[in-house]
Amino acid sequence: MNLDAKIPGGPLSQKWDKHRFDMKLVNPANKRKFEVIVVGSGLAGASAAASLAELGYCVKCFCFQDSPRRAHSIAAQGGINAAKNYQNDGDSVFRLFYDTVKGGDFRSREANVYRLAQVSNNIIDQCAAQGVPFAREYSGLLANRSFGGAQVSRTFYARGQTGQQLLLGAYQALSRQISLGTVQMFPRTEMLDLVVVQGHTKGIIARNLLTGEITAHAADAVVLGTGGYGNTFFLSTNAKGCNVSATWRACKKGAFFANPCYTQIHPTCIPVSGEHQSKLTLMSESLRNDGRVWVPKRKEDCPKPPGLVPESDRDYYLERKYPSFGNLAPRDISSRAAKEVCDEGRGIGPGGLGVYLDFADSIKRLGENVIRERYGNLFDMYEKITGENGYKVPMRIYPAVHYTMGGLWVDYNLMSNLPGLFVIGEANFSDHGANRLGASALMQGLADGYFILPYTIGHYFASAKIPRPSVSDPEFKKSEEDVRNTISKLLAVRGKRTATSLHRELGKLLWERCGMARNEAGLQTALKRIPELREEFWKNVNVTGGSGDLNQALEYAGRVADFMEFAEMLCFDALHRRESCGGHFREEFQTAEGEARRDDENFACVAAWEYQSPGRAPVLHEEPLVYEEVHMSTRSYK
Amino acid sequence: MNLTLKVWRQKDAAAPGHFETCQARDVLQDMSFLEMLDVVNEDLLARGKEPIAFDSDCREGICGMCSLVINGIPHGGQRGTATCQLHMRHFKDGETITIEPWRAKAFPLVKDLIVNRSAFDRIIQAGGFISAYTGGAPDANAITVPKPTADAAMDAAACIGCGACVAVCKNASAMLFVAAKVSHLNLLPQGKAEKDKRVWSMVSQMDKEGFGNCTVTASCEAVCPKEISLNFIAKMNRDYAIATLKGE
Amino acid sequence: MNLFANIFKSSLGKKYIMAVSGCLLCLFVVAHLIGNLQVFLGQEYIDRYGNLLQTNIEILWPVRVILIALVVLHIWSAAALSLENKAARPVEYAAYRPIGSSYASRTMLMSGFIVFAFIIYHLLHFTAQVRYINLTGQNFKAFIDPQGRHNIFKMMVVGFSNGWVSAFYILGVGLLCLHLSHGASSMFQSMGWRNATYRKFLDGAARVVAVLLFLGYISIPVAILLGYGKAALR
Repeated sequence: MNLDAKIPGGPLSQKWDKHRFDMKLVNPANKRKFEVIVVGSGLAGASAAASLAELGYCVKCFCFQDSPRRAHSIAAQGGINAAKNYQNDGDSVFRLFYDTVKGGDFRSREANVYRLAQVSNNIIDQCAAQGVPFAREYSGLLANRSFGGAQVSRTFYARGQTGQQLLLGAYQALSRQISLGTVQMFPRTEMLDLVVVQGHTKGIIARNLLTGEITAHAADAVVLGTGGYGNTFFLSTNAKGCNVSATWRACKKGAFFANPCYTQIHPTCIPVSGEHQSKLTLMSESLRNDGRVWVPKRKEDCPKPPGLVPESDRDYYLERKYPSFGNLAPRDISSRAAKEVCDEGRGIGPGGLGVYLDFADSIKRLGENVIRERYGNLFDMYEKITGENGYKVPMRIYPAVHYTMGGLWVDYNLMSNLPGLFVIGEANFSDHGANRLGASALMQGLADGYFILPYTIGHYFASAKIPRPSVSDPEFKKSEEDVRNTISKLLAVRGKRTATSLHRELGKLLWERCGMARNEAGLQTALKRIPELREEFWKNVNVTGGSGDLNQALEYAGRVADFMEFAEMLCFDALHRRESCGGHFREEFQTAEGEARRDDENFACVAAWEYQSPGRAPVLHEEPLVYEEVHMSTRSYK
Repeated sequence: MNLTLKVWRQKDAAAPGHFETCQARDVLQDMSFLEMLDVVNEDLLARGKEPIAFDSDCREGICGMCSLVINGIPHGGQRGTATCQLHMRHFKDGETITIEPWRAKAFPLVKDLIVNRSAFDRIIQAGGFISAYTGGAPDANAITVPKPTADAAMDAAACIGCGACVAVCKNASAMLFVAAKVSHLNLLPQGKAEKDKRVWSMVSQMDKEGFGNCTVTASCEAVCPKEISLNFIAKMNRDYAIATLKGE
Repeated sequence: MNLFANIFKSSLGKKYIMAVSGCLLCLFVVAHLIGNLQVFLGQEYIDRYGNLLQTNIEILWPVRVILIALVVLHIWSAAALSLENKAARPVEYAAYRPIGSSYASRTMLMSGFIVFAFIIYHLLHFTAQVRYINLTGQNFKAFIDPQGRHNIFKMMVVGFSNGWVSAFYILGVGLLCLHLSHGASSMFQSMGWRNATYRKFLDGAARVVAVLLFLGYISIPVAILLGYGKAALR
């Protein structure tokens, strides 16, 4: 299989403009003849559905939540990057591009990232016009703050609720199209299979979660904006409902899964408090603008209340190790540094799995009111969860799975290797390389949905010209049958263990063997254990109730079944990538100082995996990463 | 600690519902309310019983999916807190906790503690947007927004659409939800062009959905997880009066 | 958008009707008290005031018609809104606990009903002067003062000297003022004439006005029960 990324020729800065001109267009009057299915209603899905409908396409949008407004993009706190250079601090499209490529440890596709930086400015314009209440200066002009991995202030924000406000903007645009009848919305409906007819993606099979009804939907193209696979780890900052099912089932239908081992562990999460924990809560990275991260220098001081550890006995390890970025070092670096100090036995809090995030200095310098103004909601949230007041005692934080850079492989047009299947937002792999910088996820989701997909999908329609099949096509019937069989199988097991307990076990295994630091032996163990666990799942899972009504246990078990399969591919990728880069840290490949050691000679490529059959190792396809403008340097934040 | 739960169980909208009593054992202080229910559900599943159906997703107080009327108060009565962020340290050992779904004609019950809140979506569809099509926007700094205006709009925009305002209101009124969206968009210069039509359309849809009317008891702002102020309702009343007098 | 439909059919429009009628009725309640307090200036003043109102029917009847219309609108909007409110929650909570709301705000319908009953009694008692309900056995219409005018002073003193009647007045006025303690601020909310800055003031002012009205109104029966006016009549 030849993985052609279809990157346009010409100089980097002109590729997108040139490509926009080269792409074929669909006549406005013909657009309504094309039906598009958009699965997922987050930033990427909602913005794509709304924009495609505005153009005139007939759109069907699906989400498993009760309303498109609840997609997990809503939980993004900190902000969204754009190369506006409103602060006059030297920002530019090229700098945003460079920071993102470097932040991604030179494992992303140059042309995609450059385009992302280019359209970042349009996103801010679009969102402001939609009424997103971005933070303002007293002049009425937009305010910015700085974020990890950048030395310029380019992050736009709406208090600590930027994701919510951007999502509501997209949701409102989507709602407008729903009222105009151009989008048909299917809430509480879950995609359970992708339908491929004669090599082209032509529809999905979905289950109405309220009635259990299984329906087939045919279209001219399918867009997946179904988010990441962080919940494979059971505990993550993702919402409870986030799952890999849509992308995994697409993968089983032939779409390649790229770089699944690139998982981002976010450094500022609230530590785990016990076995009952259902999810982890992120505290925005923006806190690191004013908070200082430290642990005691000596193990003996760890159990002491933080106030009793004198300044001289504290180790502000990020400031010490990375003086130029300090507490704003990128996420992968900060997380690993936290793990390192905890491994040395200098962690604080229950189980020694935590570090302090201390605001005492900032409060002294700026006053509690300024800190409250900036991060009030985060401090409140911290207090609700831990019962501690972050203004008085330092917060306790620990890294947690947060974002997944890997995803379905897509070309420059955001189309997967399956023609007619487009993948946007976190669900694709394209822009963040091995590590995503803060405030870039919102940027990518909206870039894909508002400004890239609406162009490229038209090009596909205008050039492919494959008629839309009816849902009575045998491929639809077969997929429907498969979906029904899987559901019956799940309900027939009637075993002894709940899906939650099996999922938790899988998550623990992955966190230990394929988490912040990985090694060959650990990954081998995981690859041995996962099939066993999967077998246990299918023999011993207990799903009560039936399939003809709302059955949350059944929905969840179906998702866990997919995590069980997908986890194996994740570990295969981690094992295969014999280097350390970004979110993927292999203990065998590190410098003497414990920093990640890349292997550009052998691994400057995208690893795209092709699913085979149950129990068989996936087949690897490589797409080389060619850097025309950027020199691949060693990433240093010292 | 150990707790007794009195939970509303109802198979579907048509079936009659009833309270079922179950025990929550070994509940820890650090558990969230929903984690406590997770544990109860695990126990029910282990005994081959059907778990309690309840909505939740993000579990960090922002998606608005979780609901539950806990001991007679939506979201349990901790100021500015959604059910998913309510922690068990606020309950006492041996306590009996009554858990009911949101009760409103406009929120038909789906199952157990789950209700259908699509009425809110339809209100937004009626006019809760600024008609800015993709690509047509001027530079973001071309229209300045005074900071106090932006802050006030953000205060209103913080609404998570959970429906607690409806659930707590003795009249099951959706005024706080609608007012929050009307205010968010009507306050901003970008939203002024559609100001009158927006408030009229959204109020009309709200009335059609069968919500009750505002009697200014202010209980909505007391339970709102985002502490959205009743003052936005006054603003919506003003905007609606202006739209009416203009006769547009 | 149709002006009439917007006002009479929409939820917000009905609230405007309730607020405007309530506001005007509230002003009447204030004016009525100021008029009545003249009883403390002695027979000459209150009789002259009453005579002024009763003999100018060109003013009296239009005012009465307007007041009746306001009461009708106020009650109609209350009934329409309340029926919708009831319908909006077909299944009640088993363990409802009020939060954030005042007692007055939750009981507007109840206090309104009792106040309406009280007003009917009050009109029969002092305006229509129906003999059977004043519980004193006397005919108020027969009270004539030395100038040949209706002796309103005597009617009030005799009327309130009955403990049961005074008690009902105090209860009626009490509930009216409870009603106003919420309504007098809430009407500004319904009309949209309230924001964060005015809200505290209006809420406070409504309570102060309600208390002042209550004290003003009950001062008359209380003073009479304590003996005021008996000497003057003798």
